[in-house]
Amino acid sequence: MNEILDWIIHHSPALIVAVPLLGAFLTILIGKIGPRIRNVFVIIITAITSFFVLLLANYVFTNGIKTYVFGGSSTSIESSYAIRILFEIDGLNAFIAIIAAILPIVAIIYSWAFMKEHTGLDKYYTLILLMTAGMLGMILTGDLFNFFVFLEITSIASAALIAFYLHKANSVQAAFKYIVISAIGALFLLFAIALFYGQYNALNMAVIANNISFTFIDKIALVVLIAALAMKAGIVPMHMWLPDAYGRAPASVTVVLIGTTLASLYGLFRVIFTIYGNHLFTVDSSQIALVLGVLIIILAVVTIVIGVFMALKQNDFKRMIAFAAIAEIGYMFLAVGAALSTYTFEGSSATISASGQMALKGGVFHIFNDALDVGLLFLVAGAVYYAAKETSLNKLGGLARNMKYTTIFFLIGLAAVSGLPPMNGFASKLIIYQSTFQINPLLAIVAILCSILLLATFVKVFYSVFLGPKLPKFSGVKEVPKSMLIAMGIIACIIIFIGLFPNVFVENIVTPAANALQNATSYIGGVL
Amino acid sequence: MAFYIPYIAVVALILIGLYAVVFKRNLIKIVIGITFIECGVNLFLITLGYRENSTAPIYTSSPGGIMSLPVPQALTLTSIVIGVAVLALMLSLVVHIYRHYKTLDARKIIGGDEE
Repeated sequence: MNEILDWIIHHSPALIVAVPLLGAFLTILIGKIGPRIRNVFVIIITAITSFFVLLLANYVFTNGIKTYVFGGSSTSIESSYAIRILFEIDGLNAFIAIIAAILPIVAIIYSWAFMKEHTGLDKYYTLILLMTAGMLGMILTGDLFNFFVFLEITSIASAALIAFYLHKANSVQAAFKYIVISAIGALFLLFAIALFYGQYNALNMAVIANNISFTFIDKIALVVLIAALAMKAGIVPMHMWLPDAYGRAPASVTVVLIGTTLASLYGLFRVIFTIYGNHLFTVDSSQIALVLGVLIIILAVVTIVIGVFMALKQNDFKRMIAFAAIAEIGYMFLAVGAALSTYTFEGSSATISASGQMALKGGVFHIFNDALDVGLLFLVAGAVYYAAKETSLNKLGGLARNMKYTTIFFLIGLAAVSGLPPMNGFASKLIIYQSTFQINPLLAIVAILCSILLLATFVKVFYSVFLGPKLPKFSGVKEVPKSMLIAMGIIACIIIFIGLFPNVFVENIVTPAANALQNATSYIGGVL
Repeated sequence: MAFYIPYIAVVALILIGLYAVVFKRNLIKIVIGITFIECGVNLFLITLGYRENSTAPIYTSSPGGIMSLPVPQALTLTSIVIGVAVLALMLSLVVHIYRHYKTLDARKIIGGDEE
């Protein structure tokens, strides 16, 4: 039994991508038997994938970096480095992979009832599994070109899913916008990869990080990479695709889309902290770390403010949550930028100050919480749409009478996303407030004010959707089916659990991830 | 000087593509612009892999001398295949947009109907 488990853990990086990929194409065949069997099959596939992810994460958190090489047992040949695809998992990958594994399960359980009335569901599930495979591949891979390939798999599958409501002009338009943005982003990513390859003859992130000498071409590549990945992650000047894509896609798809956005964000962190990490933070380029930190802080503050204010004026339930999601991405960025700006230099090595460490932890922690909170809110919006066939905030009202459980889930999501205790959002936002206050009080003030505004926005939504007089139009509205309630319940339970015991979570999962972020040397050591 | 011509072509292709994406109103032209960028990037990859007077890396029948590493070619092939998939998806979305709006002008589509 232990041998089998060891074998699975050893091969889990490959299996995590292979299982959903195989499942995706089997889904079409199994769909011929019957819809019920197909749904069970898809749930089993995602459950197996998540099981592998958890095993791998557990291994990484206890034993350190795991490197898995395809087509060979070792990363190097005699006297030099072999060009091989390899997956390298450290604390940060493992952490993000856990999020990326939870979201598809929830989405698929939710889709059981939510998508029931639609045709073409075989293809729908195939695309969701493809998205899962691509997303996990992006997260686990240690090879830049491989990252590009998985990014394209993810964006093709997501664009097709955003256009799932083909009869609605808006969703087709949103999908076109999304595919144009992600195609351009991915091509510039490939351009940057070619710049690296031309200089260092390598595609492996660790090898590039080891050889990088911060030439002029490397600086161009850094700018191109940050622009391309920030575009995919929805940072403000490049955010215009995000509300459309999040708002027009079916709610279950949006939940997985959040995962793909976070995977791009992970890519951004990997580029800044690992590939450029050793060079950005040495003495000769000390100014650059500060400049990059300040730049990221400015982007983050703009993202938060614009996200919150745009959310305030939306009339559409899902678009409003999408803008809130943009603001939440800003919070992660704020924490990371604040941490970057506190690098201090003693001799030849750079260290982050204690408050910077805290900020980094808060930022990483917030990635997890954002995915859950915003995911839950989108699921609630989907449930309201399912029951009332309406997403306009002006027309909805009085639904709390008919949809008790959904109302409770919305309240949980509302409290979590605006950082109220005892939800998980409070735990991570408090860390961010505290640490940014020590770095620069102004940042903390902006962060807290925007959180309050976010709360105001959601209270307004809560009032206009769930409270208010009973509308005759919605008198026949019933509570949504069980599968949707279960999906929302799973997320709500995790939210409350993290909110009540944040320490368990921070110590066991977040701290290794935050440490991995700062430790480019050990990531390089995993390969060379 | 002749050595730089491919790189000049790369920059030209990418800039033309970006111009089309940013300034053209017709959706088909935007798609063509993206294809231009893709061609530029692919050409860049291929050019990087070029070594003067090198042979194909087939060890058993090598006449000696330097061999060119086949990795850039493999990358370019992969990128072309991905590009075709993206292109097909984009064009099919354009077809659906045309069915809904009866126009391909981006300005008219953006200002289009809210449900």
